[in-house]
Amino acid sequence: MTQDSMRIGFIPLVDAAALIVAVDKGFAAEEGVAIELAREVSWSNVRDKLNIGVFDAAHLLAPLAIASSLGIGHVKVPLLAPYMLGLNGNAITLSPGLYDALLAAADGDLRNPKVSALALGRVVAERRGKGAEPLTFGMTFPFSTHNYQLRFWLAVGGVDPDEDVRLVVLPPPYMVDSLASHHVDGFCVGAPWNSVAVKLGIGRIVHFGCDIIARAPEKVLAVRAAWAADRTADRADVLQRLLRALGRAADFINDPAREDEVVLLLAAPNRVDVAPEIIRGALNGRMPMALDGSSRSSTDYILIGRDGAARPEPAHAAWLYAQMVRWKQTALSPALLAAAKACFRPDLYDAALGPAASAKAPHKLLDSVGGFAGPPFDPDDIAGYVEASRMHNR
Amino acid sequence: MVLASRDYCIKRAVPPSAAKADAPLRMDPALKIVIVDENPVRAAILVDGLREAGYIDVTWIAETTRLLARIYSLDPDVILIDLENPSRDVLAQMFQVSRAVKRPIAMFVDQSDAAAIEAAVDAGVSAYIVDGLKKGRIKGILDLCISRFNAFARLKDELERAQTALGERKVIDRAKGILMKLKNISEADAYALLRKTAMNENKKIAEVAQSVVTAAELLK
Repeated sequence: MTQDSMRIGFIPLVDAAALIVAVDKGFAAEEGVAIELAREVSWSNVRDKLNIGVFDAAHLLAPLAIASSLGIGHVKVPLLAPYMLGLNGNAITLSPGLYDALLAAADGDLRNPKVSALALGRVVAERRGKGAEPLTFGMTFPFSTHNYQLRFWLAVGGVDPDEDVRLVVLPPPYMVDSLASHHVDGFCVGAPWNSVAVKLGIGRIVHFGCDIIARAPEKVLAVRAAWAADRTADRADVLQRLLRALGRAADFINDPAREDEVVLLLAAPNRVDVAPEIIRGALNGRMPMALDGSSRSSTDYILIGRDGAARPEPAHAAWLYAQMVRWKQTALSPALLAAAKACFRPDLYDAALGPAASAKAPHKLLDSVGGFAGPPFDPDDIAGYVEASRMHNR
Repeated sequence: MVLASRDYCIKRAVPPSAAKADAPLRMDPALKIVIVDENPVRAAILVDGLREAGYIDVTWIAETTRLLARIYSLDPDVILIDLENPSRDVLAQMFQVSRAVKRPIAMFVDQSDAAAIEAAVDAGVSAYIVDGLKKGRIKGILDLCISRFNAFARLKDELERAQTALGERKVIDRAKGILMKLKNISEADAYALLRKTAMNENKKIAEVAQSVVTAAELLK
């Protein structure tokens, strides 16, 4: 079979799994797509190399794909997301000192995000009263679910993320060091960094990301709209074959009999390059919460290609755009909302993977995201949602 | 490398007229430039290049702890960062509306000039400038930066090749010594034997020499 070649950028994270397995198990080659995976060190690099055509496709933060399409914070390069590489997968970790302060201030069970958010609100108010430095939290990128999950949680506790605390961008590998050296008091990041902090005894996981947002649109496979539209190269066909390979990879990842093999593929030095047991814990949503041996398990911790997670939902794109509006990263306009929704392409997913695959979407939530508090999300009324969120947290 | 791990600051009290003749045309000595690079050799090469071109206010940040706070306190016009640096994402925060920023910063991109962006990405460097700064004022800096980054990559490449060659020569010398002793032949004959075997087996002489050394170790 003649092979179409593609260069695809990725960040070494567990939610690059479908791409890694599609390449390393030969599913992509069987579909006639010869993929060169390029490991990158920053989202800025992935975005820029995708934008200028060094990469044909990329593993990308879902909100960053939308920001790029709308020209927010950077050059406007319209991107398409025909496949969700992952939903969820983050956690919020606090320094032991801050965790204990929350415990002391909590009116109920700290595992309940409403209780923890209100406790944090009390701690922040008390610190302000004493004239203490504001608390600092790390997250991975301005256009990231990590940023929006932290803000969502803080706001429910009555904490203004821009006034009452400091939010700073930190590369994930530096999160643990920053917590250890007290440059941050907590962070929201993906696997394996929460577990690493817990095992070193310098952090405690207070929440899985899915406690805050039940189905958070985390990472997409992104291609340039102009690349996909190039008819001379029949890109529609190449893309379909790539998506089929990803679909097969996702089935492989979710087959319990293949777990050991998947873990070893991901742990390889040129892939995610962390200890196999940490990858296994992330894939299974089972991890230590504190040094005292307490652990937690959740099947919703990370969703890779199961429960309808791989099919892009325009409502998810609308929710991410609503976060950008809520946190003043951009303005509200019907044109921008339409462009954001158009970035997520379930039609391309369906064309490649068929109605059988799209029928696998059994989630039962009030809306497409399932926030733990606040108004249900209405993708057709962003202004109303943003206003109601503000009122709710007052 | 004996460069301090703290910020390395170079300020030269020379008038702009003292700049060398080969300085970029749009040289602008008043610009405050910050270089973020964890590689001290490459940073030194770049700092030297900028100094030679007449830029007098150049600061190198080697450590990326509290990077944003350091950058804000320096308040630069131009920031240059290497693309291997994960802290590049930290700079993305500078585009956010925040009271911590004295002056808004933008990435140096010019959609009409895709070739320049590609050249920068190829060389492995990225530039950020104070919003509103005329692109022409930093074109010279970026060009210089790209050429210095490329020169560094070539140097590194040559160094690696030289080290490999040195390693290979040592192995070949050891193999020659082993053959001379075992077969009681001259150095020239030992080398000829290695060379002939390499040609017959379609291998490099160093590979054959390594096999001889390994075999000799095993048979000790």
